[in-house]
Amino acid sequence: MTIPASWFLVLAAVLFGVGAFGVLTRRSALIMFMCIELMLNAVNLTFVTFARTMSDIGGQTTVFFIMVVAAAEVTVGLGIVVAVFRRRESTSVDELSELQG
Amino acid sequence: MFAVTYAIPDVLVFVVAALCILGGALGVIAMKNPVHSALSLILCLLGVAVAFLEQNADFLAAVEVIVYAGAIVVLFLFVIMFLGVDASKHPHVEPLVGQRWLAGLGVVITVAGVITLMVNSDWVSGVMSTSTGGTGLATGSGNVTQLGDSVFTTYLLAFEATAGLLIIAVVGAVLLARRERPADPDVEVIDVEKVALGVAEEDEGEWWIIKQGSSEEVES
Repeated sequence: MTIPASWFLVLAAVLFGVGAFGVLTRRSALIMFMCIELMLNAVNLTFVTFARTMSDIGGQTTVFFIMVVAAAEVTVGLGIVVAVFRRRESTSVDELSELQG
Repeated sequence: MFAVTYAIPDVLVFVVAALCILGGALGVIAMKNPVHSALSLILCLLGVAVAFLEQNADFLAAVEVIVYAGAIVVLFLFVIMFLGVDASKHPHVEPLVGQRWLAGLGVVITVAGVITLMVNSDWVSGVMSTSTGGTGLATGSGNVTQLGDSVFTTYLLAFEATAGLLIIAVVGAVLLARRERPADPDVEVIDVEKVALGVAEEDEGEWWIIKQGSSEEVES
């Protein structure tokens, strides 16, 4: 008998929690990007699990598109980090406070 | 549900994948050095790829390794080393008091809520989908064909939009990472006509003269 879907779903939920904790607590923009990748992968795992459970290929197709969008997001995000670092000599998000009210 | 015995190899693969995923994820948020975080991310992504393989998502597992572990993490590493980000530049001070505890509490509550919801609902108890849109998932290698059919027929418009998105992302990244042309007075453009007529003195055939204090231009 194959592994039940609930094991994968619990694993994905915990992975999402770890990623969310990282985004909330880490200061470096690069680490925050990595934690966002963790959360995206948790959601991908959930989609694949439900694609198997419900026997629907749509879940896997969605994961395919999520991966493409994640790649584009990382490209632009790291470009922004590089541009900010050039101006500020730091990637700490605490020092980027010019837009506060 | 747990009274059913499962095949030992399946459970073993799942446990190893889960350990890789969770260990890698904890490494990402715990490591002080960003390079170590990126390497932990690779471990986590490989674990996710194994979890994909175990659920008959062969193509996605391959894409996970190639695109995520191969391209995205290498991009991360490239940027980390390009910027020379050091661990010492981020002292672990908390501008918000108790932020770490509050974040941990919120995350634990959220995850526990989601898991409780899963246990108490019919989502994962083996009840089949009530949707009629499902095409029926083939097991084994038939999956890749189905995924290709799905992408190029049902989701063709989204796929084309993806192409546009990637082009926009590439152009945006190039524009963001481009070094702006310095318009400072240190760089003086020589009038080519005057040089040709002998009015201005020629400076070893260069097109522009760098005066003092603009050594940065030479580096670029």
